Amino acid sequence: MGENLLKDPYNIIIAGVGGQGNVTASRVLGNMLIRNYFVTIGETFGASQRGGSVMSHVRVSAQSIWSPQIPERKADLIAALEPAEALRVTTVYGHKGSHIVVNTRPVYPAGVAAGELEYPSLEEIKKALSSITEHVWFVKATDTALQLGNPILGNMVILGVVAGLDVLPIGEEDFEWGISRIFSEDKVALNVKALEMGINLIRE
Amino acid sequence: MGNEALARGVLEGGVAVATGYPGTPSSEIIKALSKAAEKRNLYVEWSVNEKVALEVAAAASFAGLRSVCVMKQNGVNVASDFLLHLAISGTRGGIVLISCDDPGAYSSMNEADSRFFARVCEIPLLEPGTFQQAKDMAQWALDLSETLKTLVMLRSVTRLSHGSGTVIPGHLPEKEVHAVFDHHGSFTDATAGPVTCAPVVLKHGLQQKKMKKAQKIFEECPFNEYKGPETPDLLILTTGVCRLYSKEALYELGLEPKVGILSLGTTWPLPASLIKEYLSRTDKILFVEEILPFLEENVKILAAETASEIGVKTFYGKSDNTIPAAGELSPDKVIKALSTIYGLPGLNHGHDKKPQLKAPDRALLFCAGCPHRASFWSIYNVLAKDNRQGFVCGDIGCYTLDIFCGFRTLKTIHSMGSGAGLASGFGKLQKFGMEQPVLAVCGDSTFFHAAIPAVINAVHHEADLTLIVLDNSSTAMTGFQPHPGLPVDALGNTVPAVDIAEVCRALGAEVEIADPFDLEETQNLLEDMIHKKGAHVLILRQNCALSPVEVKTKYKICVDTEKCIGEDYRCKRVCTQIFGCPGLVWDEKEKVTTIDEVICTGCGVCAHICPVGAIKKEEVF
Repeated sequence: MGENLLKDPYNIIIAGVGGQGNVTASRVLGNMLIRNYFVTIGETFGASQRGGSVMSHVRVSAQSIWSPQIPERKADLIAALEPAEALRVTTVYGHKGSHIVVNTRPVYPAGVAAGELEYPSLEEIKKALSSITEHVWFVKATDTALQLGNPILGNMVILGVVAGLDVLPIGEEDFEWGISRIFSEDKVALNVKALEMGINLIRE
Repeated sequence: MGNEALARGVLEGGVAVATGYPGTPSSEIIKALSKAAEKRNLYVEWSVNEKVALEVAAAASFAGLRSVCVMKQNGVNVASDFLLHLAISGTRGGIVLISCDDPGAYSSMNEADSRFFARVCEIPLLEPGTFQQAKDMAQWALDLSETLKTLVMLRSVTRLSHGSGTVIPGHLPEKEVHAVFDHHGSFTDATAGPVTCAPVVLKHGLQQKKMKKAQKIFEECPFNEYKGPETPDLLILTTGVCRLYSKEALYELGLEPKVGILSLGTTWPLPASLIKEYLSRTDKILFVEEILPFLEENVKILAAETASEIGVKTFYGKSDNTIPAAGELSPDKVIKALSTIYGLPGLNHGHDKKPQLKAPDRALLFCAGCPHRASFWSIYNVLAKDNRQGFVCGDIGCYTLDIFCGFRTLKTIHSMGSGAGLASGFGKLQKFGMEQPVLAVCGDSTFFHAAIPAVINAVHHEADLTLIVLDNSSTAMTGFQPHPGLPVDALGNTVPAVDIAEVCRALGAEVEIADPFDLEETQNLLEDMIHKKGAHVLILRQNCALSPVEVKTKYKICVDTEKCIGEDYRCKRVCTQIFGCPGLVWDEKEKVTTIDEVICTGCGVCAHICPVGAIKKEEVF
């Protein structure tokens, strides 16, 4: 088993909108940790693939597997691929020591696109998140991904940022292992690059 | 993934034939097995529906092979007619029915609890609680079935099937299998006679003897575990993934020294002596299970029967609302139940300061470029113009999302194929003065699964209806599985495709085929059909926008902002409020509709919906 975690179980939520690569991100993260820890992942997919909110609960432990659902206010790390989802999830699962990483690029819900609902500004979201925890990072993950030619890589950029926070026992040396178990050979290099760009974003 | 663990388990159990019908959260099991098919010499199929799937799997068992049949909870209803007979006739090679229930109905139109079928059919029921157990119990289920010569049911739930966790794999068997259906013996010869339910009373009695044997095996089974103090103040009786929720709740509340957990992996027949032993060690029992109070009711019967030995107990669970009677469970819900029992303040005590700012709701919707949006736009407009309060009977598929979108033409939604059946009924009510046009929709996979008998019924009884087959050339919602209308099977082989139009014509229905992206033609055909007598079928054929078959972008879309009249709402902003493609965004600052070019797929349909022609399309070469 691996070294002691900051907390055991260490609880992570990856939040986003159907189609943003939430499930892939949770699997890559899980694979980076599976060699040394018990990893449990809970997913909700199916109908929610069609534009709904999606969430992956990832739990890391040196002792055992845990429930695939994290209790309220027990998420130690929230990686959000979308700002409104960061707010939605942190409000329920965040605590005052949670680390929150937020992609700045919104995906507007249908009600917002139709002009019926209002989407809060990034400043408002930042303020709300900061009222829960002081550890909040906003990163332009989609912009970074677009430099690599595909906005979907935003999920790997965010994971790279997570690795750079030094709250989990993962680093550059685990990227290739995590990616190659999910992606076909021709896509490994690009996804590893996205992770590296993420880790550099936070270290800059 | 839990589903992959289940697939690995049956592989380790030497499965030879695997069948199923797609349905969330079960679909990945057959997918995983079809990947292993070549290497492990398996036969794997996506059957036309769950009843046929179970029949195909049973045939393998009768021929001495091991088989698995996979479905979601609704599928068990479809398979139940055969299931009830199979339970009486008995089986030969190990056969396991894996049913994946969907507590919370994340991807379902009901929260059915398939476990009750095990009781009704009198077959053994297993409920794995961890990913490791999913693998181990799937393998064991095949052994158990072959030992007892009965079908065994294994029930998973969404959180287990779609969750992932550490699993240690075992060995894959290396043995040749040979299929022979031995049928020359007498009716009562279980190993070499015909496989029938007759003589019924005798066979029924035999099945009950098998269940007694199963109970004996379950009394000693390692999948039933107790963890906790010798004499707990309270005993949690749980099964499936709820054991993890219970463990977490005790951990969070620090109740481990006081409360014990008896996790049952075998839930029918109940291991009565084992349960009795633990009931006698405590006075208070809390049942933690999803969806219906299956354990709760059956254990209460046991407690009543043994009350003179074990004493009077206090029970908590769904019947007294300590545990919510509907919806998925979670660690939080178990924490709440235990907090109520022990009068604890709960974990959220003193933590109610939450930010006022709320995230906007995220409704489900058709994807950008989805052919269903175009189809429903046409249906919506034709029915509005017709003005006789026409309506559509729907069923199960992505197109059910119509009720969440701007159209809302679906007025009934039940089971697979039920739209066509209900329409066949509505289509006979003219005699009682009904004048509304009757429409039904079904998908291409659903057509084969359950709609064909309804079409036959409508043709034969001269019901007036228009069935629209929304043919996107795949079982899209569950992940693009093949179906009988496609020239490919689960193993990737080229196979004969069954043509929906030809089937309908052969049944005697009038059939038209159109591209739903061609709004004018679709609407003309539809308008014509809803005025005619008899059963009509309109096939609207266009690939799913998420289809793995890559489609070249056809059009570049832009909005003529000078022309857009959305600001004064004269057009009711049909583009963003009714059509509702995520590629169309109302710009609140500029007061015009804009195109989100990252989302737009360039299908070009929206260029035909603006009443003032402000949305333009340009062909892309």
